[in-house]
Amino acid sequence: MRSLAQIERCLAQLLEKGPQAGDAGTVLDLAEEVLEHWISARGGRPTGGRREGFRLLALHHQGARGEPSFNACRESCRELVYHYNLLTLEPGDARGGARALMMARLANHLYLFVAGKLQMERLGEFCCASRPLRTAAE
Amino acid sequence: MSENKADKYRRVAYYPGCALEGTGHAYNRSTRQLGKALGLDLVEVPDWNCCGAMEAKNVDPKVQTYLSARVLSLTANRLGMDVVMAPCNGCYHNLKKAEHDLANDPGSAEVVERLARKAGDPAYRPGDVETVHALEWLKAAIGEDELRRRMRGGLKGLKVANYYGCMYTRPRHIFPEKDSGPGSESTAKPHFMDDLLAAAGAENVEFPLKTACCGGAHTLSDSDMSTRLVLNILQAAEAAGAEVIATECPTCHSGLELHQVRAEKKLGVRTGVKIIYFTQLLGLALGLSPRKVGLQENVSDAREVLAARGVT
Repeated sequence: MRSLAQIERCLAQLLEKGPQAGDAGTVLDLAEEVLEHWISARGGRPTGGRREGFRLLALHHQGARGEPSFNACRESCRELVYHYNLLTLEPGDARGGARALMMARLANHLYLFVAGKLQMERLGEFCCASRPLRTAAE
Repeated sequence: MSENKADKYRRVAYYPGCALEGTGHAYNRSTRQLGKALGLDLVEVPDWNCCGAMEAKNVDPKVQTYLSARVLSLTANRLGMDVVMAPCNGCYHNLKKAEHDLANDPGSAEVVERLARKAGDPAYRPGDVETVHALEWLKAAIGEDELRRRMRGGLKGLKVANYYGCMYTRPRHIFPEKDSGPGSESTAKPHFMDDLLAAAGAENVEFPLKTACCGGAHTLSDSDMSTRLVLNILQAAEAAGAEVIATECPTCHSGLELHQVRAEKKLGVRTGVKIIYFTQLLGLALGLSPRKVGLQENVSDAREVLAARGVT
C-alpha cells in the first residue's frame, strides 16, 4: 500500500497530465488504497471482498461500519465505480478523456476527505451524520 | 406530484433562519421575489428563533431539538399552518431531525415538553407540521410544466453544475419521503434542482460531486482542508463544462464563494466558475431584474457570464 503522500502525488500527476480512459484501473486502485488507509488506521484489516462486483464498495462498507459520517464519501465511491464502468465498457467513446478526468477528480475528493478525516476524525459528523461535534458528556 | 400537494404548497409558512438575514440575504430576497412572481404565498413564522444550528447542537443536542421544535410549534399553533418551508439546508435538516427525534426518542420529547412549559409555549406534537425545502416547495407548487409556461427569456442553455451539499439528503433516516418511488427526491443522486433549472432553460452538466463534502463544518477549525475540498469541487465543475454552480443553501454558497477566493490567495489556483443561488437563476429566467434577485450581493460576480448568455 502506498503512503497517503504517494497517493496524493500520483493523483496530482494524473490530473496534471490529463488522465485517459486507460487510466481507469489506476485511479480505482488509488481510491481503494485511500480506503485501506482509513480502515487500517482504525485497527481493521482491509477486506479483500467485493460488493456489487467492486472491492472499493466493500471497503467503503467496511469503513462506514459504526461510523455514519463516513457515508459522506459513499456517493463519491459509487460515482467512481460508475465512471470506471463507463470507461471500461465504452473504451472508444469520444467522452473518454472527460470521463477519466472526472474519475480522477472523484478519487482526489475521496483522498482529500479521508486524509482530512484521518487528521480530524469528526469531519462529516455534524452534517452528514447529524451528530454534535462534541457532547455535554465530554 | 399530486394536485392536493400543489394546492397545499401554494401558501406555506416561511422560516428564513438566521443565515438568510446575514450572509445569505440574496437567497432570502430571491426566494421571496420568486414566490411573489409565481403567485405563491409565504407567511413568515412570527417570532422565529435559531434552529439550534451547530452552536446549540454542540452544547446539547436536545436543546437544538427544542429550538427547532419551537419553530414547528409556532407554525402550527400561532399560524395554524401545517407546512413550513425552510430554504437553508441547515434549518431544513434540523427541523427534520427534530421531527424525527420527537417521534422516536422519548428523552427528546420529555426535554422539549419541559423547556416549552418553562418558556410558556405549547409543545410541538410530531406530525402536526410538514417541513419542506425550497426545492420541494417549488417542485410541488409549480412544477416543471408550469415553470416552462411562465418563462420570460429563460436561461438560454446556460451550463449549470448543481451543488446540493450534504444536509439536504443526509442522514437518510430523517428524510423518509425521499427515495420513495417515482417523482420523489433521491438521496444518492438528488435531482430537484436539476429538474427545475432544466425547465427554466438551463443545460445541466454531468456533475458527480453534487453532494460531496465541502468540509463546511470545519471551515474555521481547519480552513486549508475546506479550501482544498472546495477547490476540487470547483475544478470538477469546470471540467464538466459548467459556467455556473447553482446552490440551494446559504452555507454551501458562502463556503464555495469564500474558499474560491481563498484558494486563489493561499494556493495560487484560480477558478472562474461562478456561484449563484438557484432561486436567483429561476427569478432571472422569469424576467425579474438582477437587482430584484440580489445578484449584486453575491461575492462571486456572475453578471458578466449571465449577460454574455443573454440571461440578463
